[in-house]
Amino acid sequence: MVQALSPLDLTVQRGEFVCFLGASGCGKSTLLSIVAGLETSSTGSVIVNGAPVRGPGIDRVMMFQDAALFPWLTVRGNVEFALKQVGMGRRERADVAREWIERVHLRGFENSAVHQLSGGMRQRVALARSLAVDPAILLMDEPFGALDALTRDRLHLELENLWSATRKTILFVTHNVREAVALGDRVLVFSPRPGRIVGEFGIDLPRPRSLEDVTVVRETAKVMDVLRGALEKSNDEV
Amino acid sequence: MKSEWLRPRMLRRIVFFVLLFVAWELLARSGIWEEYLFPGPLMVGRTLIDGVVSGVYLHGVWVSLQRIAVGYGISVVLGVVLGVLIARVAILEDTLGALVIGLQALPSVCWLPLAILWMGLNERAIQFVVIMGSLFSITLGVRDGIRNTPPIFVKAARNLGAHGWNLYTQVVVPAALPSIVAGLKQGWAFAWRSLMAAELLFFSLSLGNLLQTGRDFNDAAAVMAVMVLIVMIGVGVNQFVFGPVERRIAERWGYTAAAY
Repeated sequence: MVQALSPLDLTVQRGEFVCFLGASGCGKSTLLSIVAGLETSSTGSVIVNGAPVRGPGIDRVMMFQDAALFPWLTVRGNVEFALKQVGMGRRERADVAREWIERVHLRGFENSAVHQLSGGMRQRVALARSLAVDPAILLMDEPFGALDALTRDRLHLELENLWSATRKTILFVTHNVREAVALGDRVLVFSPRPGRIVGEFGIDLPRPRSLEDVTVVRETAKVMDVLRGALEKSNDEV
Repeated sequence: MKSEWLRPRMLRRIVFFVLLFVAWELLARSGIWEEYLFPGPLMVGRTLIDGVVSGVYLHGVWVSLQRIAVGYGISVVLGVVLGVLIARVAILEDTLGALVIGLQALPSVCWLPLAILWMGLNERAIQFVVIMGSLFSITLGVRDGIRNTPPIFVKAARNLGAHGWNLYTQVVVPAALPSIVAGLKQGWAFAWRSLMAAELLFFSLSLGNLLQTGRDFNDAAAVMAVMVLIVMIGVGVNQFVFGPVERRIAERWGYTAAAY
């Protein structure tokens, strides 16, 4: 068995936006899967709102790099999916779905097929699908990693707006330093194989943050130094 | 739908068939072969109309369609159950899965001698051959579809609160649908072929039996007329049953729609 993660202790406040930053293979996605309840840790436990995690639950919803929308459902069908699982009635489901489709600016695409949407639109649907069921925690596994830079910037802004409005706790995995600094209240830097937290940055900059802003650039450089150090150290060991 | 007739592809198709029929008619009239052995399309058409009007062909069609409805229906139910079991249970995959693949290689008409030995020359023997012909295609289609369900769909669905029966009916089966439909379609084609092969040997009125009767009377026009009828039914089922289903799936999934 491969050890993906070193033992770690981490406490996240309700409503906090935490970014996990690290190169591929540092176990940050594994950590997210464990919180989601899709994988189990060999030791230790995850406590959410005082209760230990045992398997998946809709209080913690995960978003993937590939939006993982269901191609046999329309946009609306996808957004309604989790609502259907919790037994919400047809009418109410339609109302909630309509609201969320509007909040991610996809009005008019309710009945579109998944393959008709661009990558950015798909992630918006995934965002609506995740938030519609009103989870306490949103787990995001490099959700914008496959998008072009312009689309990504727009989605950052939209995510930030949604987060401000809903005050969800967000755990956001990325290997993009600027993305982490632009979005996070806190950035945790992971070293690879096995993953270990080697740096922690509280990002106390005003929002919304522009990637061109000099303070963001300065903060990014600091985080980048730590990340680079961690990578070089692990390369020496190999 | 009217504009479809004006499309170049449709036009080409029509011209091709008209030319083919003209060539066939000319060849039949050239006198190279006896007319009772090589009739032209006009004569075949006349025989077809006569047969339909007299009610004999329709009766034959009715008997054959009833048989295939029963045989194919049983195959669908058994095939889906078997396919799901093989996909889900590792020990069945290793044992039964290998057997199914082996039997799939056996043309179903090879079951006919055994079927007659076991059950006699009767309906049950025909059904047996039809089921043996179509069951394994359906089983493999269902198995492949379920086995190849992208894990990310299952992961995303569990994460959104789906489990147990709902996970199966709302995610695994829809994700497997393209493969399941392909299996059902192939199963249908094999069932139809098996039925015709089996009916050739039987004495009660049916489509396959009408072919045999045509031969017995040295009447090639009757044989060809029944062949045309068999083709029409086969094409009709593809066009009006499987075609629309496949097109819907292609639209939803974003496959380039196949040319029909």
